Amino acid sequence: MLKKEGEIRIPAGCAISGIIDRKGNRFNGEDIVKSIALMHERSNGLGGGFAGYGIYPQYKDFFALHIFYDNNVIKAKTEEFLNEHFEIESAGNIPTRKVSSVKGKPLIWRYFVQPRIYKVKDLNMDEEEFTARCVIRVNKEFDGAYVFSSGKNMGAFKGVGYPEDIGEFFMLENYEGYIWTAHGRFPTNTPGWWGGAHPFTMLDWSIVHNGEISSYDANRRFVEMYGYNCSLQTDTEVITYLLDLLVRKHKLPIEKAIQVLVAPFWKDIERENPKKAAELRALRTVYSSALINGPFSILIGYEDGLIALNDRIKLRSMVTAEKGNKVYFASEESAIRVICKDPENVRHPKGGEPVIVKLEVKK
Amino acid sequence: MSLNLISPQFEVLRDENKCVQCKVCVKQCANEVHSYDEEDNVVRANDIKCVNCHRCVALCPTKALKIRKNSLEFRENANWTGQAIDEIYRQAETGGILLSSMGNPKNFPIYWDKMLLNASQVTNPSIDPLREPMETKVMIGRKPDKLEFDKDGKLVTEMPPQIELNMPIMFSAMSYGSISKNAHESLARAAEKLGILYNTGEGGLHKDFYKYGKNTIVQVASGRFGVHVGYLNAGSAIEIKIGQGAKPGIGGHLPGIKVGEDVSATRMIPMGSDAISPAPHHDIYSIEDLRQLIFSLKEATNYQKPVFVKIAAVHNVSAIASGIARAGADAIVIDGFRGGTGAAPTRVRDNVGIPIELALAAVDQRLRDEGIRNSISIICAGSIRNSADIVKAIALGADAVYIASAALIAIGCHMCHSCSTGKCNWGIATQDADLVKRLNPDIAYQRLVNLLTAWDHEVKEMLGGMGINAIDSLRGNRLMLRGIGLNSKELEILGIKHAGE
Repeated sequence: MLKKEGEIRIPAGCAISGIIDRKGNRFNGEDIVKSIALMHERSNGLGGGFAGYGIYPQYKDFFALHIFYDNNVIKAKTEEFLNEHFEIESAGNIPTRKVSSVKGKPLIWRYFVQPRIYKVKDLNMDEEEFTARCVIRVNKEFDGAYVFSSGKNMGAFKGVGYPEDIGEFFMLENYEGYIWTAHGRFPTNTPGWWGGAHPFTMLDWSIVHNGEISSYDANRRFVEMYGYNCSLQTDTEVITYLLDLLVRKHKLPIEKAIQVLVAPFWKDIERENPKKAAELRALRTVYSSALINGPFSILIGYEDGLIALNDRIKLRSMVTAEKGNKVYFASEESAIRVICKDPENVRHPKGGEPVIVKLEVKK
Repeated sequence: MSLNLISPQFEVLRDENKCVQCKVCVKQCANEVHSYDEEDNVVRANDIKCVNCHRCVALCPTKALKIRKNSLEFRENANWTGQAIDEIYRQAETGGILLSSMGNPKNFPIYWDKMLLNASQVTNPSIDPLREPMETKVMIGRKPDKLEFDKDGKLVTEMPPQIELNMPIMFSAMSYGSISKNAHESLARAAEKLGILYNTGEGGLHKDFYKYGKNTIVQVASGRFGVHVGYLNAGSAIEIKIGQGAKPGIGGHLPGIKVGEDVSATRMIPMGSDAISPAPHHDIYSIEDLRQLIFSLKEATNYQKPVFVKIAAVHNVSAIASGIARAGADAIVIDGFRGGTGAAPTRVRDNVGIPIELALAAVDQRLRDEGIRNSISIICAGSIRNSADIVKAIALGADAVYIASAALIAIGCHMCHSCSTGKCNWGIATQDADLVKRLNPDIAYQRLVNLLTAWDHEVKEMLGGMGINAIDSLRGNRLMLRGIGLNSKELEILGIKHAGE
């Protein structure tokens, strides 16, 4: 029998796409679906997904938990756990429509929650850390339940199928966000488990990823020292945890965290002025196990913006373009042109060169 | 004189048709195997003195010589082997403990040879080091838990001292005394040329070699030979030697025959005296004492030098390593039971300690379980034979490796296991001026540079094959390894899957 993600490591190729409106204007999910649909050939129907930011303005102060359940028994058990740890403001099905090609759907639920304050205080941690730990615990210990989204005012939507079908299934035209990312998956060996699709998220981090990182086990064993559990054994999962560790726990500025993940080559560090070189050397020395190696292009969404990142020698494609307030990212230029007439500044960022687009307004 | 029951281990075969009686072999053999019989105009051999070092074979101008294992055999017996019997004869004769040199030669499993490496195919392109950058530089030293930046993005964390190595390889400790001055010079110059470090061992630092300080690790062992504040400040790093893989639990041995004027001055001991290091450091009886020594050395060097602590791989190595990390060391050196030595009691060498592969895997995992692996470097020693061993060691969790036997082989050692006699015909493990002269540092240092340059190339090729372009991403990356012919317990300790899984 084929093993699912978490039981075995499954390499995958992919297509990715992303859009951000720098002014924070919200737009619905139609464009992102159209963009990823154009790259149909880059996925094989075994996984597709989206992340949207700014989609839950009415609940923006609540953690939005999106959960897959295999059955009602595990749902009841998980909800008991949620009730114990969170005040649940609202709970319900995530609305979907029937799409003939999308099969084997699990129970898909959504909860807007706040951590129970006395619990957070008892454990002497902040709300983010508390929520992150609860999510990791459900995913590790509640067999048949899987939290696939847990940030505030954002959400991931994913499943087994071509991405355009998944977009239709989740009715993304009904959500409006200021950032959208999308992913079409080409796994080489999977029974097709909904949790295994991208994006992978942790609190408000979401990652879509095209590639296969060869540093996986070095990264995993490093990040697991800090309380993470890489239960899915996927690249996206470990990259998300690395970012969460560097930015949320170690409080590195996002630009520095990026310099850890795609560290400059030593020869380039030595060419910098002494002060800058010393800083880069320190980052590379302390966080050498967080360097991501192997071919990848990834889009990292977070509350304040969108980051595109390539491996250090650009072994995967990535194109960026601009038009008005919007910045576009995709594996192929055509996937930008299909939703943006006459894009400007179309370019292929160099290997290891991050493209960081931050919102110009504070959310 | 009583009856000597020991039979020769080797036979010297001389082809009389080829021998021209030039007497090169007579002059070359410090063991006095060969002698010239003027009356009969023949060169004869006394087999019993032969250690099979190949010096005469290599230098015979007519290639008239061969050395063979002595075909004389005892009655076949799986239990009472020829060696077992010979050793009893030897001890019955002398009443002494048996001494041996170089690493454990017994037929224990070599786990390096039971692990296979991965390579990329299709889903992940391999990287060609001839066409793309490929990094093997490593930083050895203590790492802070995290880096902090101020509001302006300026780094505020102060970095502890780091050793920058151009490749993850260093020359392991071999004292001046156990090896010759020319051998030391070769190691020092090669380290300088390669951008790596060599290690003084416990014999102090010869005054001529202070100039290689940037590429030197100065060792502090239980005998404290040659240790003074100038010495401590001479190198880039300090290593406290607690134990050695070849002889865990006991101190170093340097026979008095090797303690001439120069060695005596460098070690600060009288000429001709045996230099027997105490088994423990007499100021370290527990882990808190080790902490005091680590910080005494840091004080003496103004916190500018990383302090390594070297231990032999023994049964509870992972708990000890954890203690060392918490005691404030900057790097842990783990030395496996196949590690070489100039002289060790045979029984200790062959029976004490555990394989480095298992020890390394256990230490790396233990430090990760405790969340402190990133704070300290791990250096793996004790029989690294080639670049594949290095790649496997790093994938198991090492930051860098030490090599010593391989380095000596590169400069001419033929592994005759006779270092303790001081009669090394290759000029390496000897202090006899005539023998030392045979090792030309100009040539020997270049051979060391060649060897490590070749290994570095090979490491890069294997890294590229795995789709990795920095050695950082190999460290602890055990998915790159698969076991072959290992049982589930061995796989569990190594933390790897079996081939085919």
